[in-house]
Amino acid sequence: MSDRRRLTGLHVDLLARARRSARVRAYVLTGGRTRTQQVLLVETFVSARPGVEPASALGPEAGAIFAFCRSRRTVAEIANALRLPLGVVRVLLGDLERKGLILIHPDADSVPRRELLERVLRGLSDPRTV
Amino acid sequence: MDFPTRVPSDSAGAGVEAAQLHPGALSAKIVVAGGFGVGKTTLVGSVSEIPVVGTEAMMTEISGPVDDTRKIPGKHATTVAMDFGRITIDPGLALYLFGTPGQDRFWFLWDDLVRGALAAIVLADTRRLADCFPAVNYFEARGDVPFLVAVNLFDGMRTHTADAVREALDLPASIPLVLCDARQPKSVRATLRAVIKHALDTLPA
Repeated sequence: MSDRRRLTGLHVDLLARARRSARVRAYVLTGGRTRTQQVLLVETFVSARPGVEPASALGPEAGAIFAFCRSRRTVAEIANALRLPLGVVRVLLGDLERKGLILIHPDADSVPRRELLERVLRGLSDPRTV
Repeated sequence: MDFPTRVPSDSAGAGVEAAQLHPGALSAKIVVAGGFGVGKTTLVGSVSEIPVVGTEAMMTEISGPVDDTRKIPGKHATTVAMDFGRITIDPGLALYLFGTPGQDRFWFLWDDLVRGALAAIVLADTRRLADCFPAVNYFEARGDVPFLVAVNLFDGMRTHTADAVREALDLPASIPLVLCDARQPKSVRATLRAVIKHALDTLPA
């Protein structure tokens, strides 16, 4: 048995523990909500709806996210720039979306996987993208 | 070592708008995993159009007061910056490369980073091969993300044969193993193409 195989059991334990500890308590920031309906992958694009302004004052974090999304951003970019945990960013983006303030762009799963992979392969082979 | 100059975290990929991308462009991602300091940030930085944050260098700097932040529930422990780069595939599609954090205490981010990934690259350093075991185990156990192992040729020399590495990793024949120089854009792009081809090969008919 290789070293890697021997380590697998330990690793699976560690992973399970890490996942449990990742179930962080809901924040005051998000008003206790921890789930959103939208699919928000780390690479999902979001952007403020052009010409739309909030009807009432947003919280400081939601306001910062809304302002930052004047340009199209990825979820990861928002978390990095505003130093907010991913889970919080997701919940607040969900709120902003329900208020009609931002657009959550469709992710690449809207394209059949084979077509998508072939497109990526073509792009990676194209010297112009170097 | 091989870390690129760290971009101040304030810029964290911010302010770089995807100029060539259409407004309705889609985004997809490939995940780059492997042990701490194996060259993930270097690999992503070799081909990225945007500055890469280089979070591993940053994490090293902040690793001192970890015990203190752990006492504060949630907040500090989860605000870990993500390492990513971007390649514009065509005006309607951006490919993001996300590096997984190489330190055990950031395991909780892996599922988040990997969800929806087209494929994954596990970067290995033959001088510390065991460091990539957790990543290989992770993707093998998941079974839903096509991956390959890329051996990073740090010094440009092939010090181990691919077969020896494959044997040491006990890698099934179905998982490709390639050699890669994370510093060389051409080599990294070849590795990206290899993992996408592998993903195509493993698609259910």
